[in-house]
Amino acid sequence: MSSGRGRSTVQEARRRPWRGDAILAGVRAGLPIAFAVLVLAVSFGLLAEPLLGTAGTIVMSVLVFAGSAQFGAIAVLAAGGGAASAIAAGVLLNARYVPMGIALAPSLRGSAARRAAYGQAMVDASWALANRGGGRFDPDFMVGATIPSYPAWVGGTAIGLFAGELVADPEALGLDALFPAFFLALLVNEIRARHALAAAIMGAALALALTPFAPAGLPILLSGAAALIGLFHPPEPSERLEAAPAEDPWQEAQEGP
Amino acid sequence: MSTEWAVIAGLVVTTALIRASGPLALGGRRLPPRALGVIALLAPALLAGLVVTGTFAGEESEIVLDERAAGLAGAGGVLAMRGPVLLAMLVAVGVTAAARAL
Repeated sequence: MSSGRGRSTVQEARRRPWRGDAILAGVRAGLPIAFAVLVLAVSFGLLAEPLLGTAGTIVMSVLVFAGSAQFGAIAVLAAGGGAASAIAAGVLLNARYVPMGIALAPSLRGSAARRAAYGQAMVDASWALANRGGGRFDPDFMVGATIPSYPAWVGGTAIGLFAGELVADPEALGLDALFPAFFLALLVNEIRARHALAAAIMGAALALALTPFAPAGLPILLSGAAALIGLFHPPEPSERLEAAPAEDPWQEAQEGP
Repeated sequence: MSTEWAVIAGLVVTTALIRASGPLALGGRRLPPRALGVIALLAPALLAGLVVTGTFAGEESEIVLDERAAGLAGAGGVLAMRGPVLLAMLVAVGVTAAARAL
């Protein structure tokens, strides 16, 4: 990605600890995600209001910003479960962020606080879009791809709270098919080699086999175990060179014309 | 604290900790090639898990084959023809809604 339009851009890039061009490219890539997130958030607002109240529903979307965990927690409350089980469901549904964060980590630079802040920007879709292959991620691109989703999630929750009756039955509209279709599109994009296809098939099989027995969230987390076949397929040396994080995070900006 | 605010506080704290855990534990380290091989395959594996649970998991975590599968097949068709992602999503929603209306 080229960012240098001239010397001033390069100097500007040196002062800044992030890469604006990568963030902008991420924002563009993140717009379709935000569309799907908005629709999902409307149904969250609608479903959560009787359980959390108006203020609680908005506060949860503003501060948690994790769709599956929020849905999982209110599902437990709706079924009469207590706070501890609702939180436990949320933790299980979020557990996949641990391996996702480990995957992201070698691409991150800087202080612990800075790395932790990048971790907060992880959303399934933007994380997958930021995958550059060979074990390398573009963290700034990921942040950019997450940016449009945040107002979509919070705004959609508010729409669901106050205008929920307009979309009284999201299922009749087929909106529950939105996210699987979106994840399928991301998956197709990821299948660049036979190993990736094998990991996807094994991951799908693991998730399906575990769904009837394991609590929600665990099948998705354990589908990640299919990636262990990568132990036997390390990236090619050329990919690895490319995969090694640049010593100087602004190197890319300096390489511009 | 009431139940709902306890849940909200619990999710705020656990979500932030979980999202920070990977970057804090391993940030900036160079990993051996075998670990990079695993990382490279995490996205396809987890995305496949998200696709199948979002399509085939029922409300009681049973496996169901319902209208969502038809919608996903429609999206797959669009993607197989190298159609745009947004079109694939719209086809998935349209096919699912149409199948439910039948």
